Amino acid sequence: MAATDVPFRILPALTDWNREFWTAGERGELRFWRCGPCGYYLHPPQPICPQCHGKDLAVESVSGRATLASFSVNHQAWMPGPDLPYVVAIVEIVEQPSVRLTTNLVNCAHDAIRIGMPVRVVFEHHADPGGDVWLPLFEPEASA
Amino acid sequence: MTSTANEIIERRACISGIGQSDVGRRLGRDPMELTLDACLGAIEHAGLTVADIDGLSTYPGPMTSPPGFSAAGAYDVMDALRLNVGWYNGGLETSGQLGSVINACLAVASGLANHVLCFRSVFEGSAQGVKGRASSMPGGGGGSFRASGFMEWTLPFSAPSAAIWIAMFAQRHFHEYGTTREQMAWIAINARRNAQVNPKGIYRDPMSMDDYLNARMITTPFCLYDCDVPCDGATAVIVSRIDRARDLRNRPLRVEAVGSAIHGRPSWDQFDDLSTMANRDAGAQLWTRTDLRPSDVQMLQAYDGFSWLTMSWMEALGLCEVGGSGPFIEGGERIARDGILPLNTHGGQLSGGRLHGYGFLHEAAVQMWGEGGERQIPRDVEVGAVAAGGGNTCGCLLLVKE
Ligand SMILES: [Zn+2]
Repeated sequence: MAATDVPFRILPALTDWNREFWTAGERGELRFWRCGPCGYYLHPPQPICPQCHGKDLAVESVSGRATLASFSVNHQAWMPGPDLPYVVAIVEIVEQPSVRLTTNLVNCAHDAIRIGMPVRVVFEHHADPGGDVWLPLFEPEASA
Repeated sequence: MTSTANEIIERRACISGIGQSDVGRRLGRDPMELTLDACLGAIEHAGLTVADIDGLSTYPGPMTSPPGFSAAGAYDVMDALRLNVGWYNGGLETSGQLGSVINACLAVASGLANHVLCFRSVFEGSAQGVKGRASSMPGGGGGSFRASGFMEWTLPFSAPSAAIWIAMFAQRHFHEYGTTREQMAWIAINARRNAQVNPKGIYRDPMSMDDYLNARMITTPFCLYDCDVPCDGATAVIVSRIDRARDLRNRPLRVEAVGSAIHGRPSWDQFDDLSTMANRDAGAQLWTRTDLRPSDVQMLQAYDGFSWLTMSWMEALGLCEVGGSGPFIEGGERIARDGILPLNTHGGQLSGGRLHGYGFLHEAAVQMWGEGGERQIPRDVEVGAVAAGGGNTCGCLLLVKE
């Protein structure tokens, strides 16, 4: 997606903890902090594993595949953004469904949206003087 | 008074008085004046004087954003009335708007105060002006604003409103249980019918099922009439230690049990079950603290910031089966003023105005004291449930007439 085609978005403030999540899309990768000893993915990031309380954490890429957990077709112009109506969704990543992302479902007819449908990540690049960001959006897996 | 480890300590607390300012879409009045109108009204209604008030509690404390969300903090009212208090509390991180009342119950039960003035004051109607809610969205003007905190995970996806977050819970509920918009409509229609006989009600024109189904869609499955109406107004209640309330003006409404729990992750999108909310845990906890049963509840006043939230509370409190709120409210007979579970008899926030949580507690007391006038529930209400909040911020109380 070319940067000039993207809608207005409020971008996240980048930190050492979230930079990989918001910028690894440049390489087409979706990345999360993960606990080495117990394998738990941390989202949002935090400095101690909530499951084993260990600090041996590293950023890892996941497949980018997820399941649509819920959605809403938004018709209201709350602020500048994508053309109306657009789809806000919650997806669960296949590696650990307890990790959910609020996101947008794109490239999908609204009457074809089904909770439980498999989806995959697609990135929306925002060039910005405050630091480029690649937003992880999702599209149906079937639209290959 | 002796204390045991097993004592349900909130039973030492009661509601002894209520007050409410004028309520309107845009009153154009000083928000602090409205706040104090409500507070002084509640003190007088209880048969107390300002000098009797020795505790203060409010939600959410002073906030300048979103616009009109909080007209006054605890210190503002403490100073304006020159209160001397043994205990006070104001803040957002608690079990919903009623968390501030639950905290007050514990304060009087513990002896830190005898009479706690609790208040919630909003002026969102005036503050948002004619541009409405969209004007209150963070960073809506663009520029170099960058999102952090919870907004980091929602704003970049153009999901700035609780309407969208809660719509996704409702959509999941619809998916799992077959709930329909034609069922959810009855929350809005029932609220409108009740607001029509509430002199302070904001939307009082009749609303039909066709009106509802033809209304502008906001974010599926919520149409305009599923969203509450921002307003100006303040509400106050007095929480008293029950042994100090028995000789006051009103028959005490004893707190039988409270629910304040949250067991899943304290997050809108990371909570373990997207078909319910923290109300699941608060509601379940309430029933562990009383021998009464859901079938004893004669009235429900439950948060309707968005219509589905009321349905969620009905299920969380066991007043219908989990997943069964749609069939339960369908047709509207059960939740009407003369039904088996009168609901939001003042018009809720959908038609009565977004007084933000406290309106439901105020209305419960109105009904239990028989002060409802034209909207009074025809049968005597001895046991009433009050619930407020959504997502990760939910609290509830069970009141009984002493
Ligand atoms: Zn771990």
